[in-house]
Amino acid sequence: MSNNNNQTELLRFTTAGSVDDGKSTLIGRLLYDSKSIYEDQYEAIKESSARRGEEGVNLALLTDGLKAEREQGITIDVAYRYFATPKRKFIIADTPGHIQYTRNMVTGASTANVALILIDARHGVVEQTRRHAFIASLLQIPHIVVCINKMDLVDYSEESYNQVKTDFTDFASKLDVKDIDFIPISALKGDNVVEKSKVMDWYGGSTLMYYLENVHISSDENFIDCRFPVQYVIRPNTDEFHDYRGYAGRIAGGVFKKGDKVVALPSGFSSTIKKINTFDGEVEEAFPPMSVTLLLENEIDISRGDMIVRANNQPEATQDLEVMVCWFSSKPMQLRGKYTILHTSQDARAMVKGIRYKLNINSLHRDEEDKHIGMNDIARVTLRTTKPLFVDAYRKNRISGALIFVDEATNETVGAGMII
Amino acid sequence: MSYYLSHLKELEAESIFILREVAAQFERPVILFSGGKDSILVTYLAQKAFYPARIPFPLLHIDTGHNFDETIEYRDNLVKQLGANLLVGSVQSAIDEGALTEEKGYNASRNSLQTHVLLDSLEKGKFDAAIGGARRDEEKARAKERFFSHRDEFGQWDPKNQRPELWNLFNGKKHYGEHFRVFPISNWTELDVWQYLAMENVPLPSLYFAHKRKVFKRDGILLADTPYIPKREDEEVFEAMVRCRTIGDTTCTGVWESNATTVNDIIAEVATTRTTERGGRADDKRSETAMEDRKKHGYF
Repeated sequence: MSNNNNQTELLRFTTAGSVDDGKSTLIGRLLYDSKSIYEDQYEAIKESSARRGEEGVNLALLTDGLKAEREQGITIDVAYRYFATPKRKFIIADTPGHIQYTRNMVTGASTANVALILIDARHGVVEQTRRHAFIASLLQIPHIVVCINKMDLVDYSEESYNQVKTDFTDFASKLDVKDIDFIPISALKGDNVVEKSKVMDWYGGSTLMYYLENVHISSDENFIDCRFPVQYVIRPNTDEFHDYRGYAGRIAGGVFKKGDKVVALPSGFSSTIKKINTFDGEVEEAFPPMSVTLLLENEIDISRGDMIVRANNQPEATQDLEVMVCWFSSKPMQLRGKYTILHTSQDARAMVKGIRYKLNINSLHRDEEDKHIGMNDIARVTLRTTKPLFVDAYRKNRISGALIFVDEATNETVGAGMII
Repeated sequence: MSYYLSHLKELEAESIFILREVAAQFERPVILFSGGKDSILVTYLAQKAFYPARIPFPLLHIDTGHNFDETIEYRDNLVKQLGANLLVGSVQSAIDEGALTEEKGYNASRNSLQTHVLLDSLEKGKFDAAIGGARRDEEKARAKERFFSHRDEFGQWDPKNQRPELWNLFNGKKHYGEHFRVFPISNWTELDVWQYLAMENVPLPSLYFAHKRKVFKRDGILLADTPYIPKREDEEVFEAMVRCRTIGDTTCTGVWESNATTVNDIIAEVATTRTTERGGRADDKRSETAMEDRKKHGYF
C-alpha cells in the first residue's frame, strides 16, 4: 500500500447474522486476508480463546469488545470494524441478528451503502434472513449482497444455490429493494470470499471482495434535490472578517453552485449563493456529503434549523407526518404521548396522534388492532409537530426523510422514524 | 460528471459535521489535548470547521508531570498559532494537595490518576462536552463507543446502555451535571490519520519521527529512560533509533525501533506493520478489559 490513497472511496456496509451462520468467520477472513488483523490482536484472542477452553481461535472475540459480551458470548451492540484495500476503505457495522437486537440492525443500516446478508446454504431462507432483508429495505440500503455460505457443506451444489436464490428473490419481490446480488461462498474454506472458488466453476460471478470493491456507490446519494440544513452560523467578529456571516452545514441533497438562486426556509426569503467556502478555499460547487459554509448575497435572518433550498424544488413544510417507526425503548410508545423529535438540524416537540398498524417483520402482516408498540417493534404512526419541519419522503432522501424520537424525561433516544 | 469524495475527504466532512454539532448543541465544550497525533488532528479539524472564526472552544491538557519535553514545546507553539485558550489540569498539584496518591512499584504510572484530574477539571470549568481524539479501531472497548457518548454526573460510561446513533442525528440532550464525551474521529484508522496528516502537511511533534534515544526493555516493550521510571537492576539502558506510535505519559508509552524520519516513511511503516499502535501501551496490558474498566470510571 502506498501513501497515494487520496482517491480511495469509502464504503459502509452492514452485516447481520446469528452465532452459527459463519458471520464472524467471514468478517475474520475479510480482515485477515486484507491484513487488517494485527498480530498482537490475533495473539490476544488466541490466548483468550484458549483460556476459555475453546478449540481454535474465536474470531468473534475481535468484535465482541465489552466484558458482558465476552462473558455471554453474544454481541450486544453494534461493533464497527475497519479494513482497506488499495481500491476502497470499508467500515463494517457488525450487528447481532436476534430479534431483540432489531434496534442495532436499524442503527447499523441507517448509514450503510450495502447490506451483506448471510444465508446458511443448508437451511436456506429462514426467519432471520427475512428480517434482515426487510430492515435493509425499510432503511433503504441501496445495495444488497446475499452470501450463500457453507457451500462446502452442500457439496458446492448449484441446485442448492439456485433454490436459495429463488426463495430469496420471491420474498424480496414484496420489498422495496433495487439492487440484489448473490454469491455462493464458503467463509471457512475461503471460496469466493477473496479468492475465486476452484470448485464452483458453474458460478461465473465475482467474489465478495471484488463485489465490495466495485459495486457502484457514487449514485447512492441524492444529487437532484438541493437541501442544506443550516447547522451553525459562523461570525468571526474580527477586523479582517468584519461582515462575514457564513452558514455552516453538510449538504443533505443536490448540488449547490455559486450563483444559484436559493430560498431560506421557513422565512421564504430568497437570495443568491455568493460563495461556497471551506478552510481550503472557495469551491465552485458542493454536493453530499460535503461540509461547507455558504455565503449569501443578501443579509437575511437565518439560523440553525433553517434550510436553504432551490426555489423551484422545495421540501414539504408540514406539521403532520406519516412515519414508519422502529421503537428502541423498553417503555412502549404512548399514543397521544409527547416526544422531542430531532430532524436534520431542527428539533420540535411532537405528539403521537395515531397508530395505524404494527408490522410483523417476519410475515410482513399489518396488524391494525395491536396498538402496543414496544422495544424492537415496527409500526406506522401519525405525528403532529409543534412547528413545521422541512421534510422529504425517506425513499427520496435518507437525511431529510429521517428523524429520531427523544424521551422528554430521560433524554434517551427511544425511536427512529422514516417519513413516508 | 461524477460527484464523489475520497475516503479522507469524506472522513474529514464527517468530523467537521460532528465538531459543528458540538458547538451548536453544547454551552461549554472543551477539546482534550494530549499532544498526540489524534488530538492534533481533532484540533486541526476544528480549525477547519469554524474557519475563518477561531475555534470556539478552549484546549484542556491533563498534565501528568511526566511529559516528554517535545510534547509541551509543540503544544505551546500550536496554542500560540491558533490563538487558542489553553487550560492545564495538573496531576502533580492533585498529588500535592493530597487528593491523589501516587502508585507504587516498578510499573507505577500516573495514567490512571489522570481520570480524577480530568473529571475535576471538567467540573471546575463547568464543561458539558469534552471532545477527544479516540478512534474505534484503537481498542476493542472503543469499537463500541458512540460519537456522542453520554456520561452521568459521576463521569461514568455505561456501555450497555448507550444511545443508538442513526443517520447524522446526534442526541446531546442531558440533565444538569451530566456531560458528554465527543469523538469526532471515531471512524478514522491509524493509517487514515497518517495519510491525512501527510496530505494536509500538518506539522507534528518530533517524537513521532525516528531519533536516537536512551531506552530499556520491560515485558517486551521498549520504554524511554527517564527519571520518572524506576528501573530494576537487570534492566539495561541502551541507545536505539526509535519513534513513538502513540504519545502519552512517558511512564506508559512504549517506543518503537524505527528508521522512519518522514511522514511518508511512517505511512509505509504503518501500512506494513503487523501490530497495533497500542501494542506499546503498558496501561492497556493490565487486564483483558483494562480499557473498558478505565472508561467506565471516566477515562478518555
